[in-house]
Amino acid sequence: MSMTEAPEVVTRPAGLAERLGLGGRRGTPLLPDSSLAGRALIIVIIIMAFLASITAGTVQLIAQASSDWTGTVAREMTVQVRPRSGRDLEADVRRAADIAGRVPGITEVRIFTRAEAERLLEPWLGAGLALGELPVPRLIVLRLDPAGQADVARLKGDLGAVPTASLDDHRLWLKRLATMARTLVVIGLVVMALVLVAMALAVAFATRGAMAGNREIIDVLHLVGAEDRFIAREFQRHFLKLGLRGGAIGGGLAVLAFLLASSLSQRWIATPGGEQVEALFGSFALGFGGYAAVAVIAGLVAAITAVVSRTTVFRNLRGLD
Amino acid sequence: MVRFENVGLRYGMGPEILKDLSFDVPPHTLQFLTGPSGAGKTTLLRLILQTLRPTRGLISLFGHDTSSLDKDAITRLRRRIGVVFQDFRLLDHLTTYENVALPLRVQGRDERIYRPEVIELLKWVGLGDRMHVSPAILSGGEKQRAAIARATISRPELLLADEPTGNVDPSLARRLLRLFIEMNRSGTSVVLATHDLALMDQVDARRMVLAEGRLHVYD
Repeated sequence: MSMTEAPEVVTRPAGLAERLGLGGRRGTPLLPDSSLAGRALIIVIIIMAFLASITAGTVQLIAQASSDWTGTVAREMTVQVRPRSGRDLEADVRRAADIAGRVPGITEVRIFTRAEAERLLEPWLGAGLALGELPVPRLIVLRLDPAGQADVARLKGDLGAVPTASLDDHRLWLKRLATMARTLVVIGLVVMALVLVAMALAVAFATRGAMAGNREIIDVLHLVGAEDRFIAREFQRHFLKLGLRGGAIGGGLAVLAFLLASSLSQRWIATPGGEQVEALFGSFALGFGGYAAVAVIAGLVAAITAVVSRTTVFRNLRGLD
Repeated sequence: MVRFENVGLRYGMGPEILKDLSFDVPPHTLQFLTGPSGAGKTTLLRLILQTLRPTRGLISLFGHDTSSLDKDAITRLRRRIGVVFQDFRLLDHLTTYENVALPLRVQGRDERIYRPEVIELLKWVGLGDRMHVSPAILSGGEKQRAAIARATISRPELLLADEPTGNVDPSLARRLLRLFIEMNRSGTSVVLATHDLALMDQVDARRMVLAEGRLHVYD
């Protein structure tokens, strides 16, 4: 073949996008973007990434809040001294406090005064009642050394000397709290997994649709010598881009939602409902772990999209034989 | 290079449309495949290209029995074959340049190396100023030339061309024929399917005539 002089060629160094297989020098994608029903799919991916990120963030908040509750509760114990006829309640309280104060690992012993004990009953019985006649038990709050292990068994034994005193180490409450938190975390993870599975199925259907719509292109690629691997990689590249975009937008929206909830919860904090919600979930402020979880979800969404599309293409190309 | 032994083809339970084809395409040869419309020229080219499997007989490509090859092996053999389709089969969402470069791109070659070669070939077939437009806006003759450029860019060992001069004027047809002859001289075996007698008369080459499902070879 007679060839004329070679024309001048402008070359440029490979960019990051190109090295990642996301465009650059590779030129026009072999699969046209418009034909892949990409817009509908990216909305599905954004919604799924948003839901999965919200779930992951909530799971993280619950785990964090439950560890805060258990931490706070586990650093306290309560000794209850019940009034009994024939016994001097004040003397029993002082004695129990004295016993507790001598046990190692207990850093502070605080006796709730009679007035404080009555105030605790106010929410149930109302204010302004003369509680002087009622046999109201007295409480002693013991603060434990967070670093050391308090000798609870010894304390229990020693308190035997005061027959009206009983020790509440909050163990039952802690156990229930931990179980509840664990259940919520498991439910959250299951919901997240279901959302991701639903997204994977949507991607698989979209890939099949894209293959059917691009049958002519696939045929030409085969005829010019493209292996299935090459074609699958083209689809994977296309869907990875959609997944990255959808994951980033969905994750970003989830972070915005948490920021919004956090700022709203700051305003509502004064209301009883707000206090309750804050007690359960904290201030909706995602910590580093929460942001990391959202970033992982966004990455996972992109990875699932790419892998599912590649697998679907391979399976379907084998079916074409 | 290509060898057919008693090859037959039928679609489903219908009659055999190609019967007992036995021939070979030796290396470095040029031949015309001719016959009336509907005789099965395109079908025969598809059998060589392995987009159709025969219902009986043996086809071997480059010394390999194709019935024993898997899909990837056949794809690798296809890289040694250039094809000009009757309907061009250019991809409209790519530019003409990208269409012509496609066989090299799917082989994972570096564009910096093949780019001058593609541009040179496009200029040679008269598409130098059309390389950045979509094939959708090319004329029939221009599409034909783009399709030929795509088939020849990877310097295949075997070139199959289905009516390659069907949409061009006689002077361009002669020019394209010259391209095929030059490719043949540089070592490529060429099979030109055509019913253009004027074109065949310009070259003294082997003629394979398909009629009523049978092939007659005139050396």
